Amino acid sequence: MNFILKMAWRDSRASRRRLVLFSLSVVLGIAALVAIGSLGANLERAIDDQAKGLLGADLIVAGRNPLSEQAVAFVDALGGERAQEKSFTSMMAFPTAEGRTRLVNVRAMEGAFPYYGDFTTVPADAPAKLRAGGEVAIVEETLLRQFNVSVGQQVKLGTTLFTVVGALQKLPGESSALTATMAPRALIPWSTLQATGLADRNVLVRHRTMLKLPALTVPETVERDMRRQFRAEGLGFDTVAERKRNLGRVLDNIENFLGLVGFVALFLGAIGVASAIHVYVQQKIPTVAVLRCLGATARQAFGVYLIQGVALGIFGALVGSALGLIVQVALPPMLGDLLPFEVKFFIAWPAVARGTGAGFVICVLFTLLPLLAVRRVSPLVALRSAFAEKVNAGPDVWRIAIGVFIVAAVAGFSIWQTGRLRDGLAFTAVLGVGFGILGGTAKLVSWAARRWFPRRSPYVVRQGVANLYRPNNRTVLLLLSLGLGTFLMLTLFLTRTTLLKEIEFSGGGGRPNLLFFDIQDDQIDGLKKATAAEGAPVLVDAPIVTMKITALKGRKVEQILRDPAAKREAPAEPKPEGEDAPTKKRMGPGGERLPGWTLRREYRSTFRGALTGTERLVSGTFTGKVRGGEAVVPISLEEGLFKDMGLQLGDEIEWDVQGVPMRTKVGSVRAVEWRRLEPNFFVVFPEGVLEGAPKAYVAAVRAENAEHSARVQRAVVAGFPSVTAIDLALVMQTVDGIFSKVAFVIEFMAGFTVLTGVIVLVGAVLTGRFQRIRETVLLRTLGATQRQLVQIQFVEYAILGVLAAIVGGGLALAGNSLLAKFIFNITPSVPVGLLLLSALAVSAVTVVTGLLTNRGITNHPPLEVLRQET
Amino acid sequence: MLKVERLTKTYATAGGPLTVLREVNFELLRGASMAIVGPSGSGKTTLLGLCAGLDRPSGGDVVLAGESIGAMNEDQRALVRNRHVGFVFQNFQLVPTLTAQENVMVPVELRDEGGAAAEARALELLTRVGLGARADHYPVQLSGGEQQRVALARAFMNEPKILFCDEPTGNLDGDTAHAMVELIFGLNHEKQTTLVLVTHDLELAKKCQRVIRLKSGAVISDETA
Repeated sequence: MNFILKMAWRDSRASRRRLVLFSLSVVLGIAALVAIGSLGANLERAIDDQAKGLLGADLIVAGRNPLSEQAVAFVDALGGERAQEKSFTSMMAFPTAEGRTRLVNVRAMEGAFPYYGDFTTVPADAPAKLRAGGEVAIVEETLLRQFNVSVGQQVKLGTTLFTVVGALQKLPGESSALTATMAPRALIPWSTLQATGLADRNVLVRHRTMLKLPALTVPETVERDMRRQFRAEGLGFDTVAERKRNLGRVLDNIENFLGLVGFVALFLGAIGVASAIHVYVQQKIPTVAVLRCLGATARQAFGVYLIQGVALGIFGALVGSALGLIVQVALPPMLGDLLPFEVKFFIAWPAVARGTGAGFVICVLFTLLPLLAVRRVSPLVALRSAFAEKVNAGPDVWRIAIGVFIVAAVAGFSIWQTGRLRDGLAFTAVLGVGFGILGGTAKLVSWAARRWFPRRSPYVVRQGVANLYRPNNRTVLLLLSLGLGTFLMLTLFLTRTTLLKEIEFSGGGGRPNLLFFDIQDDQIDGLKKATAAEGAPVLVDAPIVTMKITALKGRKVEQILRDPAAKREAPAEPKPEGEDAPTKKRMGPGGERLPGWTLRREYRSTFRGALTGTERLVSGTFTGKVRGGEAVVPISLEEGLFKDMGLQLGDEIEWDVQGVPMRTKVGSVRAVEWRRLEPNFFVVFPEGVLEGAPKAYVAAVRAENAEHSARVQRAVVAGFPSVTAIDLALVMQTVDGIFSKVAFVIEFMAGFTVLTGVIVLVGAVLTGRFQRIRETVLLRTLGATQRQLVQIQFVEYAILGVLAAIVGGGLALAGNSLLAKFIFNITPSVPVGLLLLSALAVSAVTVVTGLLTNRGITNHPPLEVLRQET
Repeated sequence: MLKVERLTKTYATAGGPLTVLREVNFELLRGASMAIVGPSGSGKTTLLGLCAGLDRPSGGDVVLAGESIGAMNEDQRALVRNRHVGFVFQNFQLVPTLTAQENVMVPVELRDEGGAAAEARALELLTRVGLGARADHYPVQLSGGEQQRVALARAFMNEPKILFCDEPTGNLDGDTAHAMVELIFGLNHEKQTTLVLVTHDLELAKKCQRVIRLKSGAVISDETA
């Protein structure tokens, strides 16, 4: 052992810088794992520490209607405190910004909510002013900045002018980044809401009652009692425990995803290490042979290099974990406004140990694979390598065992990270397939370069191409590292482009791109005139009647929801909105599994005489008109809903149309193109039955540009303050906003993979430098100029860079197509410019790194180089 | 000290089995010296490798210092080499990452017998070959002749019973080669080490007590001076 340690130390003297460089390949992967793991622990503790602040109350009861008198009496009898809120979307106008408008989330608040956590505004006394009542508002800080509105200036909701008393930064349990992007919040006093006249005409009002319970009252008990007593009110409940669970689940998913991205970097780095060690071992064979001649056993010789490999792993793991901790300090501010709570930095040692340990194990396993060759070096090599026979030639059991260990370690890590056997195995398989494709392509390239060697090309081109297949070529390693990095980054870019293009396309070609809703019966004609006057006539409009399902195929909804089978399937606590849980299953009347949301949701249906341009009949017969008094009305259902509910043509559905029962049967099924910004519906009734029901309208127009859109919106909001508008540009802005926030984090992590790729590239070029130094020096001695040597390298790296870009880009295109087809259900975009730019960038990085790393060899006298490098 | 009986070596090649050494027999006593000569490809190096336990014979046996090594596995032969054998190679074969003194110490350090005594002995051997002042130099900082002298010092570090030399002067100029030969034979007499050397140099071969001539893997002459 003494000899092994001594020899390992002495032998490493000339190669320490190289070994450190090898270990750098895994540093970023380990850093990513440590950073994510430790951050996860930070988030977990933050959730625990600020648990009550996540909700702002002990219990929140939500519903489409205000609490009934009985329910109010029940909660008041509990003691404690009660606050309430009415929220809906509406248009806010900014008189100080030329009357421009923006869709906002209006919240009329009463009471001392939040009871726990931070309600942060600038200035800090704004909440007190809001509670005092009057025509005052606290508005999302980003919105005020966008429209250049200061505290003290006015904004308009409906017909009422509100003085801005503060900029909203934080409300308990809400992520300011996401809410501000989707619908910026505007808080107004409850008592002033009536004056705006908005809530009365809005069909999408959401009521929330926030409770602060006496110290000994358990929120879950109150929830259970209310659920039982007020079932008919369709209430949803949110407790601190539930919020913690949900938040924890979301953060776990994010942590797992980022962990996998980090793991890809580690895996790539480990392959880089294995490749570098392979070359290193090849160079050490003469030394090993001499040691064997002098009497070293196979165990001793292997031990010398195993110690070096383990030291390399320890070094990489330690530097990686230190870097991970530095990254972790940087992550919370980056995630800052995405998280609904504050994160305090601390070092989570168990997480650090896990990340470091996983990195170390993977690194050592990958190092072992090439190191095993040391055991088989024959001492005869010292005499004459040509005569050397492999000692114990035949299948190496240890090599097979380590291969199995590596696969098991990768699968084990993936399963641990994803928390699911199936997902972990799928990830391992995808990783294997990705690497297989890249590795296979590399082999193909080597083969093709030899098969179709450009014999008539200039010497430097022939040399460069020959480098692709000659012994110790770097084709596989470089294609793997660069190709994988390109693949990850490009997939992200392509997905983003595809989504944005899709939205853009949906509003192109003269299609509507500005949607108005909450239009009342008495407003539709006036609105049509107003938009036409602004040069944007209404292209499509549709009446909306709200209704709920009461029975399905003769079985009452209540009965279906109470089904014992359904209870087994359903989580204990439904979401506040009820309709937000499309995965919950119920057993339908026919015994089929039925998602609960399909029964509980409030349907906003329309009636018309024909299909529109965004619809296609899939089956049945569309009935456009029925005579009054029809006992069972034939309706048309959207294809997805029809399938989810497990219905057949002719099945009966009974509705509660705002108090009036109505029997219907499924007459036809339609495929709907939801992505178009036009009024689309799950359920379409024929003309002749719903005309008398209370209804609102939705109307779509086309604005030529942003300025035109703003002008039309201004005119509509001025004439019809309760009408809400959605601009396609706003949708795009929202999607892009969310994407850029999330993408930033993903890109940051994918950056680790790309950087690892560059380090692996530098390592590969450097190991190649050691491999090829004699050849380069020989060429130099025989009269090759520096220019020729650079050109040879340029040809090799340019081919590898371009190929990596092509293969990585091809995989990204395939990945994007699969995501588009199976996840987003849209047509994938192929931005040729972006692809070309990426190909150029990857090629440039490869060539520049290759040439820079090889610089020393080409511009120094041969003898000097040989003396330094050997 | 060294007994070779019906030693045969055959390699499997694409064109069928290739016998590079056939039915070689000889025996050497302690302190004796023998040269193996012959044209390129005659099997000299193969014979040396088999005698030193660097390879396994396809037939026959080698008894080295009383131990039959033909049937030993690689690690067992390594231990025999470490205890009884010293090597000098044509291309010196120093470990490039070790200093001259560290190179010399390797055979004893492999037995975990390093330490101050080993360092002193290594320095003494280096001084004996005229390199006492260069103990801290790396191979790359030494000339070919100096490297070969370090290799010789290393070969005597474990006080071997038998020294194998493969073209020990093949890469050296005339004067350096002469000095090297003097050292090899001087130490051979002084330590009573058995010497087996492979060479093309007939003058060098004549300095040995016995000369075996090989051709196509077979002994064609065995002369004793």
